[in-house]
Amino acid sequence: MEERLLNMICVGCPVGCDIKVSVDGTNVLSVEGNTCPRAMEFAKAEIANPTRVFATTVRVSGGKLPVCPVRSRRAVPKNRLFDISREVARLVVPAPVEIGQVILADACGTGVDIVATRDLKAEEESA
Amino acid sequence: MSEMYVDVAIVGAGPAGVAAGIGAREAGAESVLVLERDWDLGGILQQCIHPGFGLHTFKEELTGPEYMHRWIKRAHEAGVQFLVNSMVFKMEPDGGLWVMNPEKGIFRVVPKATVLAMGCRERPLGAINVPGSRPAGIYTAGTAQRFVNMEGYMPGHKAVILGSGDIGLIMARRLIWEGASVEGVFEIMPWAGGLRRNIAQCLDDYGIPFYLEHSVIKIHGHDRLEGITVVKVDENRRPIPGTDRFVACDTMLLAVGLIPENELSRMAGADIHPVTGGPVLNEFYQTTRPSIFAAGNVVIVYDLADWVSQEGVAAGRNAALYAAGTLRRSERRIDIKGGKNVRLFSPQYITGCCDATVYFRVTHPIEKRCRVFADHGLFEQRHRYVRPGEMNEIHLKGAALQALPEDVSAIVIDAEEV
Repeated sequence: MEERLLNMICVGCPVGCDIKVSVDGTNVLSVEGNTCPRAMEFAKAEIANPTRVFATTVRVSGGKLPVCPVRSRRAVPKNRLFDISREVARLVVPAPVEIGQVILADACGTGVDIVATRDLKAEEESA
Repeated sequence: MSEMYVDVAIVGAGPAGVAAGIGAREAGAESVLVLERDWDLGGILQQCIHPGFGLHTFKEELTGPEYMHRWIKRAHEAGVQFLVNSMVFKMEPDGGLWVMNPEKGIFRVVPKATVLAMGCRERPLGAINVPGSRPAGIYTAGTAQRFVNMEGYMPGHKAVILGSGDIGLIMARRLIWEGASVEGVFEIMPWAGGLRRNIAQCLDDYGIPFYLEHSVIKIHGHDRLEGITVVKVDENRRPIPGTDRFVACDTMLLAVGLIPENELSRMAGADIHPVTGGPVLNEFYQTTRPSIFAAGNVVIVYDLADWVSQEGVAAGRNAALYAAGTLRRSERRIDIKGGKNVRLFSPQYITGCCDATVYFRVTHPIEKRCRVFADHGLFEQRHRYVRPGEMNEIHLKGAALQALPEDVSAIVIDAEEV
């Protein structure tokens, strides 16, 4: 395999280091330009299997708001984001919703749960 | 009309206000009341559903609602009281507040100290002079964010983003995830307004074109937006003839800057800084009205909610000390002055009696090794770059400030190449 040099922006934290990643096939040889060890983890994942945390909303019935924010508990493969988005779009969750509540278990077979990121009360009965 | 007497009153229950409540209680204030105009606590972070918050505070990346959930829980545990649906419509020079609430009607809050934590607003279309019609389909990025993430509406199907502030970048990705297309992000400056990571993970990940030194010179459409004419601009930000082209779209989001929200501060007679748009503060986060303090985006627009919360805790603590009559006082006034590459900073002056942190943004990026410093040898830190989109910090040590000669009346801060 031939050694390649890739330019990336590490998204491991808000600093967003410009990193130069030297790669042999799917092997990360070295990372330069980083300010912390997260960049190495990021580069390895980015080469082998890029992942992202996915955050969207799910429809809620009878809630104080019509939608509730949700996220993937962990990062999921980047190429599955749209599959998960379509899957979540099909759901309607009854209020009340509690933070951390599992909205979609094992999203699209990724092994990662989609969970609510806020408490959402049921709509108050109008008098 | 009823009156409520409290030690510390706080206006706004976003990240700054909730943290200020905790800071005030921790510093010994008996009664701490946070007033919030929305029906819920958390402020703007309730609509910031993407991860990226709390890395400094909680050592993990939370979404906005999760981040606020934790802070609100801490505030409840600390004994902070909240009143929602409560709009402060008037503030007096001593920090007294006039509030309206659907159940309580109009009432007064009489505090010993007040913390301003109203946050900021987005610059609207009217602030940027774009010629053409005014059809439906043009929103600030934050309004669109509220539509999509809290109200469950999509603003359109084919969007462009004007400006490259973080909310615009985040919304570009959000619209893509919801099945819309984003035709491009157009930024008038030669550099991005938002964080690098948001360029990478919101635009590059989805192949959204990012055009620097571009502006919109015409809006098309009568009832609904049909497109915009974009043009490349020169170094003076003037359109370059012959570079204009039409971009079809039904939605345009504006991410062209944030303005601290200071109607109440002005009403109370606190001095407002002409550049930051926020109140003039000292290192105690104290405005020129001594019983009124301020924290977060109402002062200066921060990059990270973590910094806002941190400032909130400090401002709340100082407000509690002021209420108890134990806040340190000093007759000395040392002005902070921005050097050549400083666009804005806060606080504007310090008393020099204790540690102080000065936050500032540069005017021009320096993409090589540089130093961020305060003169008189008070602070120096090496950086690999400084960028307008990223806030810099200067830490001044109380002992060093106290040792400054009497005739020193100003400290210059700046960033420069080394």
